[in-house]
Amino acid sequence: MEKEHQLPTHAASVSLPRPSGNGATTVGDEQDIEIQIRDACLFYGKKQALYNINMDIGRHEVTAFIGPSGCGKSTLLRCLNRLNDLVDGVKVTGSIKIDGRETIDPTLDVTELRKRVGMVFQKPNPFPKTIYENVAYGPRILGVSNKARLDEIVERSLRGSALWEEAKDRLHDNALGLSGGQHQRLCIARTIAVEPQIVLMDEPCSALDPIATTKIEELIHELKQNYTIVIVTHNMQQAARVSDYTAFMYLGRLIEFGKTDKLFTTPEKQETEDYITGRFG
Amino acid sequence: MNKNFWRSGDPFVWLTGGALAFSLIMIISLIVIVAANALGFFWPDRLVLAKLKDGSELLGQIRGHEEIPRGAAEQGEALHRTQFQVANRDLYGSDFRWVNDAEIVSQQQPGDALYFERWEWGPLFGTLKQITQDGQVVAEGPQQSWQKFEELHSQTQETLERIHKIEREEIGDINYNLEKLRLAIKGIQKKEQAQGRTTGEVAELEKEIAEWQRRYEEKSKELQVLATENARYRMIVQAAGGREKEMPIADVVRAFFPNQMSWGQRFSLYCTRLWEFLWDEPRESNTEGGIFPAIFGTVMMVLLMSIMVVPFGVIAALYLREYAKQGTLVRAVRIAVNNLAGVPSIVFGVFGLGFFVYLMGGSIDRLFYAEALPTPTYGTGGILWASLTLALLTVPVVIVATEESLAAIPREWREGSLALGATKWETIRKVVLPGALPGILTGMILAMARGAGEVAPLMITGVVKLAPTLPLDSYWPFIHMERKFMHLGFHIFDVGFQSPNVEAAKPMVFMTTLLLIAIIVTLNLTAITVRNRLRSRMRFGTF
Repeated sequence: MEKEHQLPTHAASVSLPRPSGNGATTVGDEQDIEIQIRDACLFYGKKQALYNINMDIGRHEVTAFIGPSGCGKSTLLRCLNRLNDLVDGVKVTGSIKIDGRETIDPTLDVTELRKRVGMVFQKPNPFPKTIYENVAYGPRILGVSNKARLDEIVERSLRGSALWEEAKDRLHDNALGLSGGQHQRLCIARTIAVEPQIVLMDEPCSALDPIATTKIEELIHELKQNYTIVIVTHNMQQAARVSDYTAFMYLGRLIEFGKTDKLFTTPEKQETEDYITGRFG
Repeated sequence: MNKNFWRSGDPFVWLTGGALAFSLIMIISLIVIVAANALGFFWPDRLVLAKLKDGSELLGQIRGHEEIPRGAAEQGEALHRTQFQVANRDLYGSDFRWVNDAEIVSQQQPGDALYFERWEWGPLFGTLKQITQDGQVVAEGPQQSWQKFEELHSQTQETLERIHKIEREEIGDINYNLEKLRLAIKGIQKKEQAQGRTTGEVAELEKEIAEWQRRYEEKSKELQVLATENARYRMIVQAAGGREKEMPIADVVRAFFPNQMSWGQRFSLYCTRLWEFLWDEPRESNTEGGIFPAIFGTVMMVLLMSIMVVPFGVIAALYLREYAKQGTLVRAVRIAVNNLAGVPSIVFGVFGLGFFVYLMGGSIDRLFYAEALPTPTYGTGGILWASLTLALLTVPVVIVATEESLAAIPREWREGSLALGATKWETIRKVVLPGALPGILTGMILAMARGAGEVAPLMITGVVKLAPTLPLDSYWPFIHMERKFMHLGFHIFDVGFQSPNVEAAKPMVFMTTLLLIAIIVTLNLTAITVRNRLRSRMRFGTF
């Protein structure tokens, strides 16, 4: 345990991962940092799950977390909206700032944070309500009660998640009657209905068939225009397809973080190469 | 038995299936026995006139037939005996008579045998002999008398109805007002004593009392007139065995010729009697008449109990499952709650008597009903305390069922809601509770089934053999939570084991049992229907 703790070499090397202006730059490369993670460690009781994570995530970019199961991708993702608070005995140290505001602060209003940082889960989790009520759930929590305003939000959100054409005639049917892929797009609609800045996606396609997966991936491309997206995925092709930046994590450590095309073609670390070439994990 | 036989699994199918079949057969035969005994009760059987060897006669309905039990020494052909319901309790002393078959010379079904259903003393079998009016004979012989009887009977029953109405409603109203005024006077006198001066209020109220008393006397005069009117018409019935019974016509509920009736007439009489049973009040110390107050009391008590137990149990379960830190203490509480469900119900009854009736009820009386003391208002058994006691008895069931259904809510739903910025309470209210509703209703169904069948704790917290008034009436505040009430379960116990005439009341016991089962089934089916409708909306089953 103690020895592992003494291994900050990887972490140190990725503290400034961004290629600064060498040729192939993309949008957002000019340092508009939205999420700044510094020396973040997370403990489940006495067991440490994340070790000194340092990472900068730019606005309106798609960042993918990859790595073998249990490497802490989801845990890190859940730090961003403090959903780890639900687990007893979780402690986070270091700093995670969103737009310069510290989120680790225990006095922070987490509901406020979660309104800015939406989340789509691995298993589609629509509520057992109508499609309309699912999407209107968040706005209602925010205090929107005007029917016309809600209608407008529901339509805009469903259009935003490419579900409007399929769902517009059955808005008041039970959402559980939709298919798996539609469920996930409904969950995305529900998330963007509260107009967050950031959308976290925790393996959003792992329960879906390839066609539904393609639709979600297309959707991620579109959502990128307006939202910062952080996606956890097991599927390396998917990470390569949808993300601008990729972080490779292993055993609770951030091994390598960089532009997706670079990380997949010329990884700096041996572990990264082993993983993406399928030698382990 | 070879090895294959055991490995095929067949024996276990038979074993488990057999156990299930056995339980089903037990339950079905229980219901069949109860129903068979109960449903025949109102069917107008034929009256049989039996002539016996000793020259005597008896008129009655055949109720049973059995082999005469004999010692092992006496062998030979089995002897049988027949049970006759001979009625005429006031003449013969008992309603039933066993007669050895060997003694019966002949049996016939006389057409002019009449069945009189009476307000008092149970049924009377016999033939009409004479009708008198003001002591004068106005009709003689069965045919003429019957014509006169029919004419006079409906008239006397109308008068009787009027008498009942005056007694119940008008005099009841006067008594209610008198009692209220008396209490008011007592209250004022107390206040005056404390303040050491007198006001004119008491005199004013006393004037009002005098006014009500005057009305009361008017009404009792009216009653007397009606009673004298009914007493004018009398009849003489010739019973079997040479005995005669002379009685007022007004005492007869209805009379009919059971041996002359067509099937349709029988059926319509059956339905009328069944209807009366459901909607009338009991008579003859509960062995006759209807059981409406008991039905009403049972349903009202179960509903009151559900209203109290469900919110309480759900809130407790919410705390245990959602808010409390899961640890040794919560586990201990959970075990305690489960054990509470196994505590004998009479223990809850004693607790209810001590805590609710004496402590809480007594305090309420001292605080709010001091003027009525020493007559207790809430400080004695009542429907409120009985319902509360049963609520306490059934709250573990609701807590356990609710906790299980809360635990069955997928974590993803909670996380989905929290991730949208909902607070914990918003999540519970909008996602968790609606999802757990079918399970909560399951808990309520179990609680209702348990509560409706419970008798022991009720006997000491508010159930009585005969309640003069329903807990719900037209006097403010309409629901009288302090009143005592009747209950079907207790009714069964009372009629079956405490009544002076157990044999005659037996069918009544079965009928009441059947009704209690029917009510519990109805209440449960209603709750189950509601739950299934909800569950189909959730499309996920808790249990």
